[in-house]
Amino acid sequence: MRAIEVESLEKSYGSLKAVGGISFSVDEGEVFSLLGPNGAGKTTTIEILEGLRDADSGKRRVLGFDPWKQGYELHRKIGVIPQGFKFFLYPTPREAVRYYSALFGVKADVDKLLQRVLLTESADTYFLKLSGGQKQKLGMALSLVNDPELVFLDEPTTGLDPAARRAVWEVIRGLRKEGRTVLLTTHYLQEAEELADRVAIMDHGKIITSGTPGEIIARHGSGDRLTIRADEKLGAYLREKAGLAAEFDGHGRVSVRLKTKNDALSALKAIEESGLDWSDLSTRRDSLEDIFIRMVGENPDDQGNGRHPPG
Amino acid sequence: MRTLTIRETGATPRVRAMVSTKRLLADLSVFGKGYLRSRVGVFFALIFPVILILLFGAIFSGGGSSPISVYYQNLDSGQVGARFVSAMNDTGAVVMVQVPDSQNFSQYLLSQSASQGIVVPASFSQSFLTGGNANVTVYQNPSSTTSQIVLGITQGVVDRFNLYHANANATDVFGVQTVTVASGSYKYVDFLVPGLVGFSILTSPMFALVNISSEYKRDKIFKQLSLTPLTKAEWLLSKIIWYVLLTGVSFLMMSAAGIFLFGAHIGFSLGILPFLVLGPFMFVSLGMLIGTISNSPESAAVVGNLITFPMMFLSGTFFPVASMPAYLQGIAHLLPLFYVIDGLNNVMIYGNYSPALFDLSVMVVVGVAIFALAVRFFKWRED
Ligand SMILES: Nc1ncnc2c1ncn2[C@@H]1O[C@H](COP(=O)(O)OP(=O)(O)O)[C@@H](O)[C@H]1O
Ligand SMILES: [Mg+2]
Repeated sequence: MRAIEVESLEKSYGSLKAVGGISFSVDEGEVFSLLGPNGAGKTTTIEILEGLRDADSGKRRVLGFDPWKQGYELHRKIGVIPQGFKFFLYPTPREAVRYYSALFGVKADVDKLLQRVLLTESADTYFLKLSGGQKQKLGMALSLVNDPELVFLDEPTTGLDPAARRAVWEVIRGLRKEGRTVLLTTHYLQEAEELADRVAIMDHGKIITSGTPGEIIARHGSGDRLTIRADEKLGAYLREKAGLAAEFDGHGRVSVRLKTKNDALSALKAIEESGLDWSDLSTRRDSLEDIFIRMVGENPDDQGNGRHPPG
Repeated sequence: MRTLTIRETGATPRVRAMVSTKRLLADLSVFGKGYLRSRVGVFFALIFPVILILLFGAIFSGGGSSPISVYYQNLDSGQVGARFVSAMNDTGAVVMVQVPDSQNFSQYLLSQSASQGIVVPASFSQSFLTGGNANVTVYQNPSSTTSQIVLGITQGVVDRFNLYHANANATDVFGVQTVTVASGSYKYVDFLVPGLVGFSILTSPMFALVNISSEYKRDKIFKQLSLTPLTKAEWLLSKIIWYVLLTGVSFLMMSAAGIFLFGAHIGFSLGILPFLVLGPFMFVSLGMLIGTISNSPESAAVVGNLITFPMMFLSGTFFPVASMPAYLQGIAHLLPLFYVIDGLNNVMIYGNYSPALFDLSVMVVVGVAIFALAVRFFKWRED
């Protein structure tokens, strides 16, 4: 059975079409990521699947349930951390987990659960005194109290420092190991690449492309590229004199799309002939990031804080 | 897979207990602990009303030994009636205030909320001269201390007049008869305790619920809770229970302050309980309603204040409604808090249960209506 099935899902807020007819499915045990910039419609989509919002139209099944109409049954089997998870100010993580256990009528091993989300040392600190990362970890702990089959995480690491982010990633990897299905939204490309089995790139309410990172690169990547540190003049020279698909990126780097192996040789020859300054010559394949930037038209990491460029 | 198909075509099973005690208590415990830990809430719910009692009590109970005002009518046209009135004044314990003969005396006392008055009979001078019997009428409220004092003083003055009348053979020419009046000029602090209990019943749940219900909505905490088996009814009920408990404690603290520091007269009876339960019920619901229909905590706070502050001042919290101008009294009768305080006054001060029952009925109707609206508009999730 598919954990999540979505077909032609639509949702508008007044005249704004937040989700414009998207389709995707998530397999059991898979980590699936909706990747897109702010305002893409990720939260709207995930909230519809959690049963927190009704959709205008389109088919959606979550663990076999209609999330809006069968929320009560569904909610016993899913765990959710909303975007920017907030909670009552005064319970400690330990009390919060006990509270959730009582609500769900389950006997949770509080210490084990807190240990699992790496929150043991702050187990008795009031929620309002926790750091952003610790709050997020508590959100994870709460979402796991009912031992869910499927976990929804809406931008779980937005605004966290790199160490806290990696800790959250560790927990998500743990969920995958335990065989839970995870739907993760993020605007951090590296997060999707690191964690997700499959990715759907979403923008303006549409899914532009989806698949494993490898599939997306194969489908939309433009093959190998030669990049040279040089200025616009070299770009122009390569285009005009050698007839190559050369682009200047505006930041001191010229990149040449290599349609055939021969292109590489003619490029090298033309660079030599131009007599212009150059350095740092290398070839590389399109990364998910290149595709994301090209398709969404912005760098996902301009919105968040630092991520290391992929090695 | 087969069961799945059945689910898809069949109606959604919605068999679920509306209220589970276990969940209710879990929510109550988390909320209560948070409340006590936040300190601000505790201050405004428990400490602040007591401070108000101290403040207002101190301001208005100054000069506790000042003479008691006593309204009187002197129906006697002779000299002796007037001498009786001045003899009363000479005791220094009372100040006699004349009421024109044209006024209906008991009506007048009621209109002034006066708990005592004296009528000197028309035959007073005549009796002094002839020894015929004449009774001075003391209007009094048996539950009022000042009434008792006035009665005692009058008795004393009347006895003196019995010693000096002209007829040596007649004994007990003058007597005192009493008439009970419903009104009472109670001490200010007597009103202050029920008034400020009402203040606390209004403000603690209103400010808190307006705030948390709008913030929980903004912060998606309600959505979060909707993903657990906790029901809206359980959540709301747990808040009501908490504020009923808090009101109970606050009531005891304020009563103690009123009684021990200012000698307030409070009639304790079980009749107080329904007000201490229905009052918080009404204002938890109202706060919830305001918070839940507002778009943001900021607009909720504005609406909440617009409703709370006028109600706070016009319902008889700090001053008895009877002492306000007529048009404001009219407005007061439109405010739910008025019925809380009026009811508490009726039970705690006058021991008047039938008007209290009316107040209670108004509270039930208004409370249930507000509660129903709050439940109707309170959404865990959005469509
Ligand atoms: N409750 C709402 N009312 C009106 N517009 C909304 C609401 N929630 C989101 N939107 C708008 O819908 C679009 C998609 O938002 P959202 O689903 O939150 O995207 P994302 O999570 O990808 O940032 C945005 O333009 C956003 O401003
Ligand atoms: Mg979002």
